[in-house]
Amino acid sequence: MQVPILKQGPYLIATVQSALTDDDLKELRNVLVEKVGHLRSRGVIVDVTALDVIDSFATRTLRDVAHMIRLRGAETVIVGIQPEVAFSMVKLGLTLEGVATSLDLEEGLAYLGRPGKASGREGRGDTG
Amino acid sequence: MPVGADVDIVTARQKGRELAAQCGLSSTDLAVVATAISELARNIVRYAVRGEIVLRAVDNGTKRGIEVVATDDGPGISDVPLAMQDGYSTSGGLGLGLPGVRRLMDEFDIVSRFGKGTTVTVRKWRR
Amino acid sequence: MSNGQGQATVPEPRVESTASRLRELVAHLRQQRAQLREEWARLITEAQLLTAMTKEEIFAEATSVYDNYVEALETGTYEALQAYARNLSERIIPRGVETHEVVGIVLLLRDVLARSLFAKYHEDFTKLNRILDAYEPAANRIAITVAVGFVQERERIIREQQEAIRELSTPVLQVRERLLILPIIGVIDPQRARQLTEQLLRGIRTNRAKVVVLDITGVPYIDSPVANHLVQTVEAARLLGAIVIVTGLSPEIAQTLVNIGVDLGKMNTVGDLQGGIEEAERLLGYKVVLTRESAAQPA
Repeated sequence: MQVPILKQGPYLIATVQSALTDDDLKELRNVLVEKVGHLRSRGVIVDVTALDVIDSFATRTLRDVAHMIRLRGAETVIVGIQPEVAFSMVKLGLTLEGVATSLDLEEGLAYLGRPGKASGREGRGDTG
Repeated sequence: MPVGADVDIVTARQKGRELAAQCGLSSTDLAVVATAISELARNIVRYAVRGEIVLRAVDNGTKRGIEVVATDDGPGISDVPLAMQDGYSTSGGLGLGLPGVRRLMDEFDIVSRFGKGTTVTVRKWRR
Repeated sequence: MSNGQGQATVPEPRVESTASRLRELVAHLRQQRAQLREEWARLITEAQLLTAMTKEEIFAEATSVYDNYVEALETGTYEALQAYARNLSERIIPRGVETHEVVGIVLLLRDVLARSLFAKYHEDFTKLNRILDAYEPAANRIAITVAVGFVQERERIIREQQEAIRELSTPVLQVRERLLILPIIGVIDPQRARQLTEQLLRGIRTNRAKVVVLDITGVPYIDSPVANHLVQTVEAARLLGAIVIVTGLSPEIAQTLVNIGVDLGKMNTVGDLQGGIEEAERLLGYKVVLTRESAAQPA
């Protein structure tokens, strides 16, 4: 599979390395959901630092990932969205509503590890 | 270049990014152009059997820019103004994303006829 | 021969003879280079053009311009000339040379050369006409090329300066770890709005900010497109894991936002900058308290 997925304690970290086709994205989604169930992970970080474009399909798939993973009792954080990509996304009207986002891997882990978190927290950034 | 399968979407936007970089667009605008191409290519793949994206460097006398023309021989759009409204969609999801593409680019033009296919022309200029 | 123009049916001889006439006049202009160049420089001074430059500088540039001019006549291509014109402009614009001066000196050169051609061919009227037929379109094209090159360079410099001014007028201040403040003053036009967003997003990434206080106390009003842009900026910041607190919203701007359909309840807004900073610290400090007392529940 193109996207390496590492286990770090109770979390999974998927690091995107290069541009993903639609099929790659779907495969990533399926693999993540399956792994979360299999390994009983508590959180998933998807690192999209390497993506130079996040379009409507990618956004929808990332949202699907977060929703499906939440059904398995785990949380998803998308990290590493580049400033230029974020700019394009909001202009296009894509907001990743309902999905937590953080600046980078470190922040994402801090978010997942924050004490006192309730389940199913809706996307208000990681200081929400 | 021809667009038929979803892998072409990635190719189209990478080529678009390269050309835009040659035209001297800023790094933000590179992402903007690539994203717009991605959406246009996606529309072709989703709604038409086959289509084509033509990328061109343009110069209007005072500045340089990139032009993207996306043509397909798909079903066409019967009501263009309606399709240009936010939230409109025939197949669920985010619809054609055309209003978004218009927001991303400096110039936007669409010609479409029901049953005859669609041509979208967009341009982004160097600041 | 009165039909020497070859106007009937054979185009090639005609083109060739234009080219050969150009060659002839170019040869003449090269031969007369020293005198014509000096006369031109003299006329420039007389017309009080290029006053920002010394006589030596004018002469040096005049030589280059003359040579480029004649070469353009000879080759019939203008790319090299245009490149030279922009290059020259880049050098002389900071010296304060203006458009009318550049156009003026090019036209003066055109006239000096034309007079020289008159002088040489005045005895043969037909020949003179043919020479001028070859010379005039090319000379005009040269004048336009140089003028346009100059103007384009000027515009480019002005744009750069505007961009620099805009950047200066929107500083990104890091006052505390993870907290950025962007004070905005003055009217925001679409260009500035876009630049603001870029600076804000880059600032978030560079400073790893989690909260940004965007203070618009100094902004009297914004129109709908810019208001939309503001909302998009807040959303984009969230994608980078940061929260934007907008402070200093005037009632007018609040109304504009409501008019474009913004749910002000969803947007973090606080009355003034001070309150915004306090709110930001609360958001950040809240996190700090929690991690220190690992088992404690939020207050």
